[in-house]
Amino acid sequence: MDSNINALTTVFTEFYYWVTVVFMFLIHVGFCMYEVGASRRRNHAHTLMKNTMLIPLITITFFFFGWWIYWAFPNGPFITGGVEWDAAAANAPWSENMSAHLGDRITGVFWAAFLLFSWTAASIVSGSVIERIRSGAFWILAVLIGSVMWIIDAAWGWSANGWMVKLLGYHDAYASGVIHAIAGGFALGVLVVLGPRIGKFSADGTPRDIPPHNTWFATVGLFLIYTGFWGFYAACNVPLISPEGIGGEVTGTTWTATNIYLAPTTLGAITFNFLMSLSGGLMAAYCVSKGDAFWTYSGGLAGVITASAGNDLYHPIQAMIVAAIGVVIAYKMHYWVERKYKIDDAVGAVAVHGYAGFIGLIIAGFLLWGAPSSPYEGYATINPLGQFLGAIIMFFVLGFLPAFIVSKILASFGMLRVPREIEIMGLDFSSEAAYQQAVDEIKRADHDEAAK
Amino acid sequence: MSTIGYDSWAVDLAEVGAIYPFQGSEVLMTIIGVAFWIGWHVVQIKSENREIAEDIASATPDAVSRSIDRY
Repeated sequence: MDSNINALTTVFTEFYYWVTVVFMFLIHVGFCMYEVGASRRRNHAHTLMKNTMLIPLITITFFFFGWWIYWAFPNGPFITGGVEWDAAAANAPWSENMSAHLGDRITGVFWAAFLLFSWTAASIVSGSVIERIRSGAFWILAVLIGSVMWIIDAAWGWSANGWMVKLLGYHDAYASGVIHAIAGGFALGVLVVLGPRIGKFSADGTPRDIPPHNTWFATVGLFLIYTGFWGFYAACNVPLISPEGIGGEVTGTTWTATNIYLAPTTLGAITFNFLMSLSGGLMAAYCVSKGDAFWTYSGGLAGVITASAGNDLYHPIQAMIVAAIGVVIAYKMHYWVERKYKIDDAVGAVAVHGYAGFIGLIIAGFLLWGAPSSPYEGYATINPLGQFLGAIIMFFVLGFLPAFIVSKILASFGMLRVPREIEIMGLDFSSEAAYQQAVDEIKRADHDEAAK
Repeated sequence: MSTIGYDSWAVDLAEVGAIYPFQGSEVLMTIIGVAFWIGWHVVQIKSENREIAEDIASATPDAVSRSIDRY
């Protein structure tokens, strides 16, 4: 920091990302509340602990290898180049930059912003598998998506140097695919192997509704997710950068905010579009679900997710309509897949995140056809084929397939699903018995004291 | 001798880099950290297996019925 302007830019950028991280923490609070609301009482502690312990596990593994992967593999590798050893070495767990270092003040904050995306990717999966997955299996899967698969997709499709951006013109400014399609696809891969909860389908295969035990928790949880998602949008931007910082590819002297690809946008644009797509999603979901509270709130989320791929460039009214289209398709797909393939997605995560994200990528390919995906010379422009291939890579290749394979391996060792007896008696059976025993004992003690 | 390599902050900060203790042992710390992580999974899975077996052994029809009725 050899000048005031450098110091200001560095300090502002540190603070900006730090604030986004705090807001994004609310996503996790929201997921915990939502999952508790959706699960039955006899599974609460298990549900909460499952979603809580992914935080430390993904944090440490993201420190050990997740962050290194992001910097090492933007070229595939061997699609547009080899492994980026030098860039990755500066972000390895043994690098001095990954620590208290007066010559590098920003890596830790930037690392944390990406880390919060990692938690979110795993949390999306968490809700869909409640009430029957083993904690140990879930945490292995959480590390797989949070510190390996999603960060590979970030290196490929969510980096200024990613091969998908360069060759396909892949554009996904606020992560329709990069977080959401991959997490939805991953959840589906686990669910196919895991199977439905006992009682979800009747003997003739008709799906039963398993109502949330607390609608208020579900509501407040989703509102917290909206709030964190707004912070997530800010975290997807570089807040302030000079043309020199974009390699001289942008001409003139005007400083700008950019998306993750260093292509210009504004916080105003993404704020318009976040709120308009939230609104479009809520309105469409209310209509298509006939006012069902669960689907209306989830539809708001699905609306933002659908519009996210292009929300750096859309007009707000376009964002609203894109969101509405995505929600209707995701809602219909959820019930069709449930009936046809007997998939029990407890919170609709595959639809809200996976199908909506997938659809959002494809719509962006048509709406933004021919627009530059990046400020850099020689990159492909945004196009429908590139977006379609990108959606396939995100949902199936990096999401569904690894989840399916690892779930199969875990299942073959009997490690994926709790035994039938445990599922019926509730996953909190012993902790609830211990709690009740302690309550009874202290009540007796208090009564004895009162009688003296 | 300071563990962080500095005995005083009366230095040109532009020349200062890492300020954590035991610089040079980063690879060893990483190995210890990864072992801690893998070890945690092993301990957790063993503990979960034990807990599941105990739960199944201790369940009575009454207790299971009460648990189901809690919804």
